[in-house]
Amino acid sequence: MKLLVPVKRESRIALGVAFFIFFVALWSFLSLSGAVPKHFLATPWQTLVSGWNLFATQGFTHDVGMTIWRVVGGFVLAAVIAVPLGIAMGVYKPIEAFFEPFVSFARYLPASAFVPLLILWVGIGEAQKLTVIFIGCFFQLTLMIAMIVSGTRRDLVEAAYTLGCKDSGVIRRVVLPGAAPEIAEALRQVLGLGWTYIIVAELIGASSGIGHMITDSQALMATDHIIAGIVVIGLVGLLSDVAFKKVNQHLFSWSLLR
Amino acid sequence: MSRLSIRGVSKTFPGHKRNVPPTQALLPIDLEVGDNDFITVLGPSGCGKSTLLRLVAGLETPTAGEIQLDGTNIVGAGADRGVVFQSYTLFPWLNVRQNICFGLREKGMKLSEQREISDRFIAQVGLRGFEDHFPKQLSGGMQQRVAIARALANDPKILLLDEPFGALDNQTRVLMQELLLGIWEQAQKTVMFITHDIDEAIFMASRVVVFSARPGRIKTELAVDLPHPRHYTVKTTPEFMALKARLTEEIRVEAIAADH
Repeated sequence: MKLLVPVKRESRIALGVAFFIFFVALWSFLSLSGAVPKHFLATPWQTLVSGWNLFATQGFTHDVGMTIWRVVGGFVLAAVIAVPLGIAMGVYKPIEAFFEPFVSFARYLPASAFVPLLILWVGIGEAQKLTVIFIGCFFQLTLMIAMIVSGTRRDLVEAAYTLGCKDSGVIRRVVLPGAAPEIAEALRQVLGLGWTYIIVAELIGASSGIGHMITDSQALMATDHIIAGIVVIGLVGLLSDVAFKKVNQHLFSWSLLR
Repeated sequence: MSRLSIRGVSKTFPGHKRNVPPTQALLPIDLEVGDNDFITVLGPSGCGKSTLLRLVAGLETPTAGEIQLDGTNIVGAGADRGVVFQSYTLFPWLNVRQNICFGLREKGMKLSEQREISDRFIAQVGLRGFEDHFPKQLSGGMQQRVAIARALANDPKILLLDEPFGALDNQTRVLMQELLLGIWEQAQKTVMFITHDIDEAIFMASRVVVFSARPGRIKTELAVDLPHPRHYTVKTTPEFMALKARLTEEIRVEAIAADH
């Protein structure tokens, strides 16, 4: 192994798959050998079968759909406000001075701790789930975007002024296109954050969703269902991540040039 | 007719922290640049020559004095003063043609016209066939050629260049000097070129302005009467050598002063 030298595509895939195999092997060993009792840790095969049954007979597709809709809904609401606000903060320093201290503080408020409050305020309906995701994503996203926009290359801004741009032209033709790839990357990371909050929101006061299924299964000691639920979240999260990455690479191919 | 006129212009940068005194970058400067003049501003690094260019470009405001272009006071940056920077400032998300058309599009020019003008300048800087390349796919010299084309496409009254070839290797730099001089000989533009390279300063200039060490002021001005069109072989003529010997002496004194 040499420092910082990239590996070939084939070996990269092989290595990545190898760890999954190792992981499943370890899991099989722990559950099949009896090192961990079956009712605490279901075997991989049993998890797979239960996962299939969840989709086939217990309407789990509806739960997954509800969870995706909540994550995406809360995330889009957060993005719609955070993107313009973050850009305004990055470009206009008085606006940043006004919002930044509060947003930095609010970022550390744990979104999951708001669940009981939100149930009091907006009930146990969809609004509560969307708000949790919104709180979890919004402050983080705003700060990230403000920072990205603050990092706009000054020399490019100056070049644009000398080419006849006014402030609005500089924002539209230099700041936004320059920051776009990083903003898209920030959105991708924060969407991932949304997935970690949704389950907490669904653990209390939900009648559908992956988190709801997991709480129900806990009461029944159905560890196979719980693990299947967790794996599904991982897979959906991974899929949305890869899709996001592909779209970004397609839209901002210039930023990948070396 | 005098195009650019700099009268009593000085610049002091405030100290950012307490106990840090303000930096006086430029002592009051008077300089007249005539129509179609090619002046080079020569000085040791840190002497404030770039500050002078940034003041003319409108990217900084003078602490005192006034700068006029064709009798109008300069307030802020504008398309009438084209700038080529030392760092590579092409927009990385735009290809060569889009970079060159940047200012034209800002003016709201018709696409067909933009195309016509960009074609002309792409040809002039020898980048035909590279229209669709992105800046990162070009060498440093090519990027600076695009930057020159981008500034010229806007048809500015004056072209300001801040050590544009400073980061290039020696061979490329010499070729770029010939290219820029060739464009100037054809197009007749007013040019102000900042450099710390004596050969470069003499080769392209109709007049060399020598700066003192910081705080910068104009130490000497020297007319360069070498005939046009100039070929690179002019650098070995006795006239060139004499100018070089004189400027070397002037700059040496300042470099020593700057170092102490």
